[in-house]
Amino acid sequence: MRHIISLLMENEAGALSRVAGLFSARGYNIESLTVAPTEDETLSRMTIVTRGSDPIIEQIKKQLNKLIEVVTVVDLTDGEHIERELMLVKVRAQGEVREELKRMADIFRGRIIDVSDKTYTIELTGTGSKLDNFLLSIDRNLILETVRTGSSGIGRGDRILKL
Amino acid sequence: MELTGAEIAIRCLQEEGVEYVFGYPGGAVLFIYDALFNQEKVKHILVRHEQAAVHAADGYSRSTDKVGVVLVTSGPGVTNAVTGIATAYMDSIPMVVISGQVPSTYIGEDAFQEVDAVGITRPCVKHNFLVKDAKDIASTLKKAFYLAKSGRPGPVLVDIPKDISNQKAEYSYPATVNIRSYHPEKQGDVTSIKRAAQLLIEAKRPMIYAGGGVVLSEGSKQLTDLVHLLGAPCTNTLMGLGGYPASDKQFVGMLGMHGTYEANMGMQNCDVLLAVGARFDDRVIGNVEHFTSVPRKIIHIDIDPASISKRVQVDVSIVGDVANVLGDLLAVLHSSKQKPDAATSATWWKQIEEWRSRNSLKYRNSDEVIKPQYVIEKLYEITHGEAFVTSDVGQHQMFAAQYYNFDKPRRWINSGGLGTMGFGLPAAMGVQLAHPGAPVACVTGEGSIQMNIQELSTCKQFGLPIKVIALNNRYLGMVRQWQEFFHGNRYSESYMDALPDFVKLAEAYGHVGILVEKPSDVEGALREAFARKDELVFMDFRTDPTENVFPMVPGGKGLSEVILAEDL
Repeated sequence: MRHIISLLMENEAGALSRVAGLFSARGYNIESLTVAPTEDETLSRMTIVTRGSDPIIEQIKKQLNKLIEVVTVVDLTDGEHIERELMLVKVRAQGEVREELKRMADIFRGRIIDVSDKTYTIELTGTGSKLDNFLLSIDRNLILETVRTGSSGIGRGDRILKL
Repeated sequence: MELTGAEIAIRCLQEEGVEYVFGYPGGAVLFIYDALFNQEKVKHILVRHEQAAVHAADGYSRSTDKVGVVLVTSGPGVTNAVTGIATAYMDSIPMVVISGQVPSTYIGEDAFQEVDAVGITRPCVKHNFLVKDAKDIASTLKKAFYLAKSGRPGPVLVDIPKDISNQKAEYSYPATVNIRSYHPEKQGDVTSIKRAAQLLIEAKRPMIYAGGGVVLSEGSKQLTDLVHLLGAPCTNTLMGLGGYPASDKQFVGMLGMHGTYEANMGMQNCDVLLAVGARFDDRVIGNVEHFTSVPRKIIHIDIDPASISKRVQVDVSIVGDVANVLGDLLAVLHSSKQKPDAATSATWWKQIEEWRSRNSLKYRNSDEVIKPQYVIEKLYEITHGEAFVTSDVGQHQMFAAQYYNFDKPRRWINSGGLGTMGFGLPAAMGVQLAHPGAPVACVTGEGSIQMNIQELSTCKQFGLPIKVIALNNRYLGMVRQWQEFFHGNRYSESYMDALPDFVKLAEAYGHVGILVEKPSDVEGALREAFARKDELVFMDFRTDPTENVFPMVPGGKGLSEVILAEDL
């Protein structure tokens, strides 16, 4: 099953490589991993999307907790949560498809953030599957470049991950 | 007070009460060696290879419960140390390794003797640090010692660039340490302990399986009391030997791949299993599916939550310091009105005694050729079971584990997890330094001993009267055994040709060498060796090249699918 694991860790050099190293050393999957400092600059927040059976996910959480620099670990998929990913897509936008691409971007609530006479760059946010769907909805041959951040997640309502 | 980084590092070691540092100098640690030179509190043991420094610190720690300390230089100093660090990591040995690094301004430039020490050791340390300012050395070393010793122990590496060790900073050793992301559980959960007690009292066929965690947490007494109170059989893992007295009648021997028949059958057939400071390792329970195909309740006590339900799902998990949890469990059992049923217990013991009567460790002794088992039996006799025994890895290791009955913890020193050949001799150096005057035997093979034989020189320099017991069968015995069983007797590269004359070699290093070729000479040689209290004696026992270790649970098989000597 797919799980979104959020964690807070010391914002120190090498902390990311401890997490990445743990996943590769123990053969766990990483679908995506995002990390950035939080409002408390001593802490980084990381979101890891992974897949595994319940015992594997349990092990992943325990092994993450065991890393000395990891402060807290939460499996967002244990409760209600929101997941968002940012994608930038550069598409070939010439001739008749130019209007069509604008319409598709609107339908997916994307924004065109850069324009040239040959291209559009579209910004989209949403769940990973929404972004996948957008890519499936436009002609594959028009896609020049995509860049995705990987998912970030946060608990709904009063679910808070903070020190 | 202002001191250089190097002086601060040494002051920290003094503050921690460090007796010995095992190490080898080099360019990047010269300031630290200079600071070491100017004091007398911390003694330095100069090894002949950095791997040996780590094993020696490891042996020192295993035999004492103190933190082993290592000092090596950058680059090859660190890479040579890695095998030792990984060995300590796998067996959860508390250790602090200080490594020199190239000057901080050179880092990343592929400088002379530069290696990413923090990167290269990351997967085999509990934690590591790169110190970037001399003012951080004291707090970092304080953390390093605390991390190494607390929770599930392990090695911690502190990498200090050369310029930092020469930089001046204000020194004060922190009195306390607080790491906000690190809070190892000490006490076990009370409700779980009560549930465990209930399960154990009601068990029809209880079994206690105790590992290295008992030794590390100094929980032997609590374990022994618990086993006696429950009247249950107890088995030890390779790492746990001595954690429960081997001569006690409730002890059923070591379990696992080369465990006794009664221990393995007990594990397989019990209805309540109490696992203490052990981790259901592949060499211990064999095939997981086979092991879990039998219904039984499992209680698991361990300091490391990640060790619980890792390979085998358990019913009651208790995270905490083993000695504390066992103490609490004992208290609950003592206060309980219920007692284990005597009749049920008698039935279970009848079954165990039946398994025990197979006498799975029996072997056919010979007048012609020395049997390795016989050497260990004699070693046990002559040392009255009181020696510290280190070993290397292979058949001799298993023979030592099977035939030397350890009654006390911290007497059996071996590389269980990583299985590092070359461990035995340097580990014995650490043990001997920690216990001057005590008998220390290094049981080894002609393969393993050559992986760190240069340490005979260190032994001479520091006057370490270790008794080296080389079971020399001219084969990499365990490899040969597997090739005999599983590879159609094709002994690919497992024969040791062109061996040195170990007697002359020992003499060349300034020690005593004894060649033993006849079974009738075994006892005499051992007696002579142990009578030479101040000398290292290297005994070259020419043992039966075809001897195998039994019982054997082949890799991937279940605990009851064991091969006994009598089956062949």
